[in-house]
Amino acid sequence: MSHSLAVTVLGHDRPGIIAEVTGVLAELGGNLEDSSMTLLRGHFAWTLVVAADADPSEIEARLAHLVAEGLVVSVLPVPDADSSSTSGSPWLLTVHGADRPGIVSGLTGVVAAAGGNITDLTTRLGTGLYLLVAEAALPTGTDVEALQARIAEAAAELGVHATLQPADVDEL
Amino acid sequence: MGIVDGRIVMPPLPEGRVLPVVTAPAAVLSTPCVDVDPCDPGVVQLAADLLATQRVSPGCVGLAANQVGVGWRVFSLDVTAHPKARITHGEYVLVNAVVESASRNEKSREGCMSVPDFTGDVKRASRLVVRGLLPGTGEEVVIETDAFEARALQHELDHLAGFLFLDRVVGPHAVFPRQTYL
Repeated sequence: MSHSLAVTVLGHDRPGIIAEVTGVLAELGGNLEDSSMTLLRGHFAWTLVVAADADPSEIEARLAHLVAEGLVVSVLPVPDADSSSTSGSPWLLTVHGADRPGIVSGLTGVVAAAGGNITDLTTRLGTGLYLLVAEAALPTGTDVEALQARIAEAAAELGVHATLQPADVDEL
Repeated sequence: MGIVDGRIVMPPLPEGRVLPVVTAPAAVLSTPCVDVDPCDPGVVQLAADLLATQRVSPGCVGLAANQVGVGWRVFSLDVTAHPKARITHGEYVLVNAVVESASRNEKSREGCMSVPDFTGDVKRASRLVVRGLLPGTGEEVVIETDAFEARALQHELDHLAGFLFLDRVVGPHAVFPRQTYL
């Protein structure tokens, strides 16, 4: 019976990693579902969810050549999640300022305390500039003005600039 | 007729029927639509059907013919009540419409009845001139508009060219699962 597996591949980037991993998964009858890949300071970083009959160890064995070249590969079973479980209204949190410890935890902590759930997150370190862009689902009835004030307060303490704005959708 | 006081004056149309809206991956959504005779009775009936379907669909401001399964270059639009609209031309249907000019790109997140699972960030011109024909008379109108009406027109014209907003997203991390509102 098909089950959900989370496949993570991390490490030195080179052309062909995605083609090789998906080739193995296809040969084993896996069906790719959601995935997200980017380069993190030049490192290849990919997580994907695949529905497959294959055993995780079988997939790892077929990807052993990637491990041999220094990539970190993990294949772990995950419970099926309700893809529509995200609830609330979508908001966009952007933070930027001089790099220092505690920016991400400080700002996302304020969102979490309001019951907000981060649904998408990117952080980047430039030359001295730290950047955070996050999507958050805020519970219905959230006092957004009060939350924006708490975010501004936390940002001021960290010496960064933070904005929380609606990620509203134009229905067309 | 044509445009009076900034509003498009539509010729009389027959009673419209509410049609089911097609969702991706239906082939008709990825196939370019064809020019048609604006005075053909079938085109006039389709114009009425698009308006009837649009009116009963919550939040719907526009509908392309291929969204109801018909591969003709016809679409309906009405952004009058939308908070992001500036210039508006009322409720209308255009046949064989083309973009004359487009400038000043702006990014915004779009959703579409034919793509119920996703939203995506798309850059579109915020100044737009579109030329098209009115159903029933074939009269030519030129619409100069901006802001939300410009975005909605480009979204519908993309449909007629066989493109979804998914074909226009600004990057791989610019597509989002649609959130459910509880």
